Amino acid sequence: MPQNEHIELHRKRYGQRLDHEERKRKKEAREPHERAHKARMLTGIKAKLYNKKRHNEKIQMKKTIKMHEEKKTKKRNKEEVPEGAVPAYLLDREGQTRAKVLSNMIKQKRKEKAGKWDVPLPKVRGQGENEVFKVIRTGKRKTKAWKRMVTKVTYVGEGFTRKPPKYERFIRPMALRFKKAHVTHPELKATFCLPLIGVKKNPSSPMYTSLGVITKGTIIEVNVSELGMVTQGGKVVWGKYAQVTNNPENDGCINAVLLV
Amino acid sequence: MEEGQRILAQFVSEKGEAAGAPFDLPLDVSTEKLQLICNAILQQEDTVPYAFYVDEKEITSTLSESLSKEDQETEQVLSIVYQPQALFKVRAVTRCTSTIEGHAEAVISVAFSPDGRYLASGSGDTTVRFWDVTTETPHHTCKGHKHWVLCIAWSPDGRRLASGCKNSQIIVWNPETGKQEGKVLTGHKQWITWLAWQPFHLNHECRHLASASKDGNIKIWDVVRGACLRTLSGHLQSVTCIRWGGTDLIYSASQDRTVKVWRASDGILCRTLQGHGHWVNTMALSTDYVMRTSWFDPVQATINYQRISQSAEELSKIAQDRYDTVKGSEPERLVTGSDDFTLFLWQPEKEKTSVARMTGHMQLINDVAFSPDTRLVASASFDKSIKLWNGHTGKFITTLRGHVSKVYQVSWSSDSRLLCSGSSDSTLKVWDVKTNKMSGDLPGHADEVYAVDWSPDGQRVASGGKDKVLKIWRR
Repeated sequence: MPQNEHIELHRKRYGQRLDHEERKRKKEAREPHERAHKARMLTGIKAKLYNKKRHNEKIQMKKTIKMHEEKKTKKRNKEEVPEGAVPAYLLDREGQTRAKVLSNMIKQKRKEKAGKWDVPLPKVRGQGENEVFKVIRTGKRKTKAWKRMVTKVTYVGEGFTRKPPKYERFIRPMALRFKKAHVTHPELKATFCLPLIGVKKNPSSPMYTSLGVITKGTIIEVNVSELGMVTQGGKVVWGKYAQVTNNPENDGCINAVLLV
Repeated sequence: MEEGQRILAQFVSEKGEAAGAPFDLPLDVSTEKLQLICNAILQQEDTVPYAFYVDEKEITSTLSESLSKEDQETEQVLSIVYQPQALFKVRAVTRCTSTIEGHAEAVISVAFSPDGRYLASGSGDTTVRFWDVTTETPHHTCKGHKHWVLCIAWSPDGRRLASGCKNSQIIVWNPETGKQEGKVLTGHKQWITWLAWQPFHLNHECRHLASASKDGNIKIWDVVRGACLRTLSGHLQSVTCIRWGGTDLIYSASQDRTVKVWRASDGILCRTLQGHGHWVNTMALSTDYVMRTSWFDPVQATINYQRISQSAEELSKIAQDRYDTVKGSEPERLVTGSDDFTLFLWQPEKEKTSVARMTGHMQLINDVAFSPDTRLVASASFDKSIKLWNGHTGKFITTLRGHVSKVYQVSWSSDSRLLCSGSSDSTLKVWDVKTNKMSGDLPGHADEVYAVDWSPDGQRVASGGKDKVLKIWRR
C-alpha cells in the first residue's frame, strides 16, 4: 500500500503524459467490449455472480438516468399542502406553541393497547445484592454484619425520617439521594428537568423498588404538570412514568425517557 | 330584620330614565313580584322577563338580601335598574350527538349560517364542507382552494359563504349546491386572516365582502362581478381582524398596535385608534350578533325551517329594525383584545379616545365577544380563563375558571344567558352567565378545539379541532 499520495504528487510536479486524455478515452471506449467479452466467456458460478452484479449495476444506471431526466424537464411545481394546519390566530405564534405541545391522545391510546410494558429499554441487567449493598459491620467488636448501605442512587420521599441506628437496616446515603431527573419527551425531542414522585418499579428486585433504588432501566414516576399535558377529559396530567436510561450512580444525574 | 319594613323605590331603565312614580315596597319583595310590578308599570302587552339591579348588584332572591345595611336606612328613593331579558331561553348543550369525520386535516373554522340552517367548516385539507344539521351528515365538499382554508364567513342573507385560504385566495360558495360562485378572488399577497360581509340592512343584495390579509391590506370585493372595488392600505403589519359596522364603517385591528376606522363607501381612513401596546388580536362590535343574524330573529326560531316568504326589501327593513333596537340611541361600541393582556372599549364612531381600558388577564387575549343583548363582553385568554366585563362601562364582572389550558374561542347563545368556550385542553365548556358557574363540561375531542359556534336558533353547538372531526352538541 502506498504510504503517501505519491501519484498525485508526481502529477502535480511533472504533469501528465501528453497523450493521457486520448489513452483515457480509448480505454473507456474499449470497456464495453471487454465487458461483453467477459460476460460471454464466463461460465458456471462465476458467470452467475457476474451477471447478477451487472444486472444490479444496470438497474442503478437506469435509475440515475431517469432522475437526471426528471431534473432537466421543467414541470409545474405541484405545491404540497403542508400538514399541521392551524387557525389564523395561531399562525404567527407557531414558534411559541410548538415547544409545549399537547400530547396526542389518540397515539397514546394506541400505545397503551400495544402493551403496557413496551418500554424503551426492554432488557435490563440484573443488579445483585452485593453490588447494590455494602455490608456495614457494627457492634463494639465489629462482629455483626446485618446493616447494609445502599451504594446506588435512591429516591427518598419527602418527610422521610431515618429510623434510630439500632433498627436501621438499610442506610440510604444523603449524597446519593435524588429529587430531580432529566426527562426526555420522545416525540417533542425536548428534555425537561422534572421532580421525581416515586420509583414505580426497579426490575432487578421488588426490594429495590420499595427502597427507591434507581438504576438503569428503572421505571420512575415524574411530575409532568409543567409540561401541560391533558387527558381526554381535559384534566391536567400530573404524574407520568419514565424509564431511566443511564447509570445514575456513575453519572451523577438521572436521565430518563418519558413513556408516552 | 323586623317584619314588614318598607322602602321607597323606583324603577329606572338602563339609560337612567325613571319609569313611573316612586312607590312603596316591602323589603322582602321577591324578584317574581318585582317582575309583575315592573311589567304593570311599563304597561307591557306581553310579560317580559326582567333582571333587577341595585348598585350594579343583581337581585337574586329578595330585595333585602342584595341591599347593604346603609341602603336600608336611607330616606332616599331607591332606584332599581331593570334590564329586559330575552323572551326565550336557550338550553345548555350537554351531549355530543354526532362526531362527523370527513376532513383529512384539522378543522380550523366552523360557522352556522345566520338562520342556523346550514353549517360550514373550513379545514387544513383545503376543502370547505357543508353539513346537514338535521341529519348531522356531510352535505357538500367544496374543493377549490390550494392551501389551508383559514377563515369562512356567511353572508348575512345566508345565501353565500366566503372562504379565504393561506394561498391568499377567496372563493364564494353556494350552500344549496356546494358549487363555486363567480371567480376566485385573488389579489392579496399573503394569507387571508379575516372576512367580513356588508351588513344586510345596508345592502340586501349581499355583494360586498371585505377581506383582511397578513400583507397589511384590506380589500373590498364585489362578489357578483368578481372584482376588487378598493384596497384599503395603511396598516404596517398583518391585519388580524376586521368588522363591517352597521353605519358602513369598516374597523380593522392590526399587529401594528392600532385599530383603524375606514369609510367603506369611499375607502377613506376616518380614525386611528391607538392605545394597545402590542398586537391587537381580536375585536368585537356590540352589534355583531344582530348583524350576523340580520333578519333572522332567534325568538321565531322553529325546529322545522320555514321558507322565507318576505321580499328582500321587507327583510332588509326587519334587519334595520332589529339593528336599531339592539344599538339603541348610543353609537356602536367596539372592544379590542390584544397581546398586551388588556382590552379596550371604544366608541369609534364618535371619538378616538377609548371609553375604558380593561385589565386583568395574565396572558394574551385571543377572542372577545359581545353578548347578543350587548350588555356583556366575554374575553378568552391564553391564561386559561374567560373574563366577563360590562359591555357599557367596561367594568370587570367576573372570571370564569375551569379550563386547564389556553382558551381559544368563545361563543354566546342567542339569549345571552349562556356562553360556550373551546380550549386547547380538548374540551368545550358551557358557562351560565347568571350564576357565573360552569353549567356543562363537554369532553370528547381528542385534541385542541380550534373553533366553536353556537347556532343562532340555539339548538346546537358545533366544534372542530385538531383531531380532524366535527362535533355537534345538543342539549
